[in-house]
Amino acid sequence: MVDATFPTQRAPINEPTAWSRLKTNRQWLGWWFMVPALGFLILFLAYPLGLGVWLSFTDTKIGRAGEFIGLENYEWLGGDSIFWTSVFNTLLYTIVASAIKFAAGLYLALLLNKSLPFKAMIRAAILIPFIVPTVLSAIAFWWIYDTQFSILSWTLKKIGLISTNIDFLGDPWNARWSTIFANIWRGVPFVAITLLAGLQTVSPSLYEAATLDGATPWQRFRYITYPLLTPIIAVVMTFSVLFTFTDFQLIWAMTRGGPVNATHLMATLSYQRAIMGGSLGEGAAIATAMIPFLLFAIMISWFGLQRRKWQQGADND
Amino acid sequence: MTEFTRRTMVKGGTAFAAAAALTGPALLDWAKAWAQAAPWKAEKGAKINLMRWRRFVPAEDEAFLKMIAAFKAATGVEVIVTNESFEDIQPKASVVANTGQGLDMVWGLYSLPHLFPAKCMDMTDVANYLGKKYGGWTASAEMYGKSGNKWIGIPVATTGGLMNYRISSMEKAGFKEFPKDTAAFLELCKALKKNNTPAGFALGHASGDANTWLHWALWAHGGNLVDKNDKVVINSPETVKALEYVKALYETFIPGTASWNDSSNNKIFVAGDLHLTSNGISIYVAAQKDNKPVADDMNHAYMPVGPVGKPTELHLAFPILTFNFTKAPQACKALSAFMLEAENFNPWIAAAQGYLSHFLNDYDKNPVWTADPKRTPYRDVSKRTLTPGGQGSLGEKAAAAIADFVVFDMFANYATGREDAKGAIAVAERQAKRIYR
Repeated sequence: MVDATFPTQRAPINEPTAWSRLKTNRQWLGWWFMVPALGFLILFLAYPLGLGVWLSFTDTKIGRAGEFIGLENYEWLGGDSIFWTSVFNTLLYTIVASAIKFAAGLYLALLLNKSLPFKAMIRAAILIPFIVPTVLSAIAFWWIYDTQFSILSWTLKKIGLISTNIDFLGDPWNARWSTIFANIWRGVPFVAITLLAGLQTVSPSLYEAATLDGATPWQRFRYITYPLLTPIIAVVMTFSVLFTFTDFQLIWAMTRGGPVNATHLMATLSYQRAIMGGSLGEGAAIATAMIPFLLFAIMISWFGLQRRKWQQGADND
Repeated sequence: MTEFTRRTMVKGGTAFAAAAALTGPALLDWAKAWAQAAPWKAEKGAKINLMRWRRFVPAEDEAFLKMIAAFKAATGVEVIVTNESFEDIQPKASVVANTGQGLDMVWGLYSLPHLFPAKCMDMTDVANYLGKKYGGWTASAEMYGKSGNKWIGIPVATTGGLMNYRISSMEKAGFKEFPKDTAAFLELCKALKKNNTPAGFALGHASGDANTWLHWALWAHGGNLVDKNDKVVINSPETVKALEYVKALYETFIPGTASWNDSSNNKIFVAGDLHLTSNGISIYVAAQKDNKPVADDMNHAYMPVGPVGKPTELHLAFPILTFNFTKAPQACKALSAFMLEAENFNPWIAAAQGYLSHFLNDYDKNPVWTADPKRTPYRDVSKRTLTPGGQGSLGEKAAAAIADFVVFDMFANYATGREDAKGAIAVAERQAKRIYR
């Protein structure tokens, strides 16, 4: 970062006017250069967020403005069993899916970092689930999980392992695990490829040195790979958690939150109440209730980034 | 669409049916004459943005677009039609109503005009014109179309959700004809399960199928979400009876109904694995094309009557509305009337093959209802249907209760054993009280 205070140039004879001093003031100019970005942030981030929070304190319906009702929406949600089911579902969905995505993603990344035949092709293929539009993959999974025409049920029946179709999306717990699996399938490539990029920044000389010192593969991972990968892990897991927590499309295309609300996430419930049911205020309250959880997830990653300083010395940025 | 060619129409013999067969230039001439005589003169250079629900029967959509083309040729009004799925119509229309731009007309579902009656143009003159000309509106048409004394939408058609059953399976289960009351109907479902030819009704968040048959079950037993004054009365012994009835039915269903959406029962029925369900006529239409033996062996029936002793069916109405901020009010009114004129409407509902049922009494005579007797039950759905509001008002609150699956969740929670009757009703009551406050 360049030091922003520059000595202003002093004119030899005339005292500079306030305006000419301002004209040459880099801070003043810099502020103006920042304005477009600031405008974008306010218009597309701060304003919608603020509006969402404000709506959650009103009884706005689609098609007509509401009145300020304070915390009434939140009080109502506090006693709403469907809302608490959705909170539980969202946490379960996020924690289980993110943990498995991290483990599987890291494993894949380590594997891909090795010299494999057809390395480039395999790396490209890994990305496919991430490239396919979410709704398409959701519909594909919806067919895979179909009660009557599921290919999984069909295969297992042909092999003779089961006698009746598996009720993937009709039973509450089956539906939860099925949707979590679909989310994992979709999310692993993102984690894997990002971590792979991180792995390639680790200097091979460190591994050489460690090998010469007699480090086992586990020790090399634990004391070289892992610490150097921490910042990337923090970033990728923050994104992964945020994406999972706010997931909407997969659930909406597959179950609409059913059966008996067993897969309703906060995002889908918010949509159902706000857009389909027309209660914008209540839907906004559900969406706003997601913010503390998201902030918590961001804090963890921030904490993770900080740790790198402790490990490598406080003045190493 | 081959069954209703001009020839079969003319064979019907009546001038009414013959008029329905106008095609090509004849249709255009008629459309031009109509535009000359119609009380609504389209504004010069008018343009109409119209959003409609996405069709289920392709021939219906073709007939609709043909009609739109004739309207354009006759009046010079350009009509831009966009299609949206059932679920997306309501939110999009609401946003347009809110922002006052983007669309002029919406052909939507259920009580759509009642969600924002203040934004709907007064269509009373159009409704009176059509009612007078075509034998009057059904009672449900007035409920769907009118807000107070004002028509805020024109009810175009209904799609019926009736019983679809396999004849052979029913007979094997010991029934010569389809049960007319709920008790016998439960026996039929039990027998079907025993014969391994099961019934199945959607219990997933299927906004069409699930809501129609569950409201039927609730009302058939005398349960109601709200009374005439919109007071929440769901917590009643009648509701408990309805819950127990649905649970007993659910135990006879094919596995997986809790995950069904609106297309699930269609697929499974056509494939031959499902022997009784509630649906529009689309299963029959698809089966004729994809699985003829199933089509030949299936038939339709009214929903059985419950302890209340009268039909309690809920069908899906399709009203069309015009926003009052449109720049072409006369053109929109002209189009609304034009669509429902016999020359257009007859071939259109013929093309829909029973998927669309009329609200105007004169169209009972359309041969589509009698040419294939299996379609006949769908002729009467507009006369038999109640509204999603039940006994209460039709509007924002009723729509919100439907959209938020209040009644649906209550049944699903109890039938799948997630809650006891008391708990399921308590959740629904709490939600309903907030919506209807």
